[in-house]
Amino acid sequence: MTTVLHSAPKFASNDGVLETLSTALGSMVVSTLEAHGEISIIVERDSIEDALRLLRDEHSYQQLVEIAGVDYPGRAERFEVVYMLLSLTKNHRVMVKVSTDEDTPVPTVTTLWPVAGWLEREVFDMYGVTFDGNTDLRRILTDYGFEGHPFRKDFPLTGYTELRYSEEEGRVVYEPVELAQDFRTFDFTSPWEGADYVLPGDEKADVPPIDDPKVTESPKDTGAGAKADDKAAKKVSAGSPAEKDTGKKAAGAPEATEDAPDRAASKGDVEETKGATVPETKSDKEDDK
Amino acid sequence: MSGLVKETSPTTGEYEITNYTINFGPQHPAAHGVLRMVMELDGEIIERIDPHVGLLHRGTEKLIEYKTYLQALPYFDRLDYCSPLAQEYSYVLAIEKLLNVKVPERAQYLRVLFTELTRICNHMLNIGAHVMDVGAMTPNLWVFELREDCMNFFERASGARMHAAWFRPGGVHQDVPLKLLTDIGDWVDNRLPELFGDAMSLVQDNRIFKQRNVDIAVVSKEDAVKWGFSGPMIRAAGIPWDLRKSQPYDVYDRMDFEIPVGTNSDCYDRFMVRCEEVYQSARIIKQCLAEMPEGPIASDNKKVSPPKRGEMKQSMEALIHHFKLYTEGFHVPAGEVYVATESPKGEFGVYLVADGTNKPYRCKIRPTAFSHLQAMDFMSKGHMLPDATAILGAIDVVFGECDR
Repeated sequence: MTTVLHSAPKFASNDGVLETLSTALGSMVVSTLEAHGEISIIVERDSIEDALRLLRDEHSYQQLVEIAGVDYPGRAERFEVVYMLLSLTKNHRVMVKVSTDEDTPVPTVTTLWPVAGWLEREVFDMYGVTFDGNTDLRRILTDYGFEGHPFRKDFPLTGYTELRYSEEEGRVVYEPVELAQDFRTFDFTSPWEGADYVLPGDEKADVPPIDDPKVTESPKDTGAGAKADDKAAKKVSAGSPAEKDTGKKAAGAPEATEDAPDRAASKGDVEETKGATVPETKSDKEDDK
Repeated sequence: MSGLVKETSPTTGEYEITNYTINFGPQHPAAHGVLRMVMELDGEIIERIDPHVGLLHRGTEKLIEYKTYLQALPYFDRLDYCSPLAQEYSYVLAIEKLLNVKVPERAQYLRVLFTELTRICNHMLNIGAHVMDVGAMTPNLWVFELREDCMNFFERASGARMHAAWFRPGGVHQDVPLKLLTDIGDWVDNRLPELFGDAMSLVQDNRIFKQRNVDIAVVSKEDAVKWGFSGPMIRAAGIPWDLRKSQPYDVYDRMDFEIPVGTNSDCYDRFMVRCEEVYQSARIIKQCLAEMPEGPIASDNKKVSPPKRGEMKQSMEALIHHFKLYTEGFHVPAGEVYVATESPKGEFGVYLVADGTNKPYRCKIRPTAFSHLQAMDFMSKGHMLPDATAILGAIDVVFGECDR
């Protein structure tokens, strides 16, 4: 047990709570965990309703604060549904979890807390976890007619469709996502601390050493053939061609001009802007009067 | 419907009267944002309400999974944009709980001070909007001046009026000048009680305001617990539940303040609870100003909080730390926590799952409005259509937070 240095919310002590609760829940408990000052109890999926009823009625966890879904694609049952319970009288919090997959429904707890209705709808919407017994399991946060479950880890951050208002059609249209620039994720983790990309040149590190190392001590060792060896033996520097005087003038930059090129007279009745350096003539002044 | 006998009305003659279904919103000034409610009305009596939320869903939780811990912080300002710092609070506390870092005392006081200022700022908006929803105009204009003052304080502390992004895991971003603290003190002593008192004197005993709010949407204690109420909504029901008192974080355990509770659990009580909370927040602010020590404002753990600018010019180590913190970010040990603080609207929680890398594996945000809005149906049942706006106003819902 490390000393608590942080100043996060302090609720009642966890001492002995885990033992009491896991004894009370008995065979419903799959495993328990106490870490970072939080108690979490994983229970059997099918007995979640009974477990929560027991915690609510016998152990005074009166409030269901939140239901969160989490996706762990590597697990056999990839989704975890986490119920946050709060006891107003004991001033204590616990987390109760069940795991499930895409097809297996979790029993609803709307029978215990009416607030679970929307919370379960949200988990269903975001992860596709179904809740057996929830009579109103509609999507809640995503758009009308949305397909897919956006918080799954295999759902891309950009999504699949985008919408805009179409002037031509006079309505909002849905189109496949087209990005002007690829979505950029930067991986700044240290290369020696588990970055998941290969640095340029690193691929060579994995090439196994060969028995007969190649050497190039003489030209014929290059392995490029006799023709290339001959060429390599020739004298290379023969004087660069640019030094020869052809007698022609090289094309250089155009002559500098004093004045700006004439431009076409402007149409309409807007007056031409006068050049800043052109002195005012007498006739100009008379025009103004 | 087979067992029902159709009742013939003596007054309507041959015309048959059926329930009427209307759409309230999504663009409605009293919807406090983008809320669509499908209402089934019997005349002017509400039979059923089906709130459709999610019109402001931006996938914040998914976006956070793709950002480092520090980069994800400003998203919290944008959830409940009426009380930005209160949302950041839950998030930084969750990270601090996983990292187990110590926050210096001055930073704790500053965070409490500015969260209470945020609470006042938030209540100014809600109180103003609530009285305007039921027909009063003037108080709203007055309390918005106070809100503007709060915004100016945030600007002087962080550089931003609304989206401050000022809290950091391990402390706050920058220290505040002394003049700002004295100005806040003056404001709390003089301007706030004066202007707020004036505005409330127009409303609190106003006959019309009471007619619109007293005995509207009465919720029993049992229902308030069952429907997951928190914050002023549960306190108005008569349950003295305040996370600042019962589960204190930072220096709230040193603060002396009271929790106002309602007696009747109606919209008027919710309104009055918020009014009293403004004064209690002012009390906390005064205590913070009086007790705040000098000292550092960020954790001395160099793996979490960045080095000072001056140090970076001198020390290679500091330069490396700065570079690593702002590119790679810090790594948070694997584990999961649920941390909830008392935001102005209720319990705002963050369920943070860390997998040991520099990005959160999952960050579930527990919004306050979600459960309150769900209760809209049973709270409104049997009330008149215009009462729906009063009920909604008393819930204090902001859709940036509800829809995330």
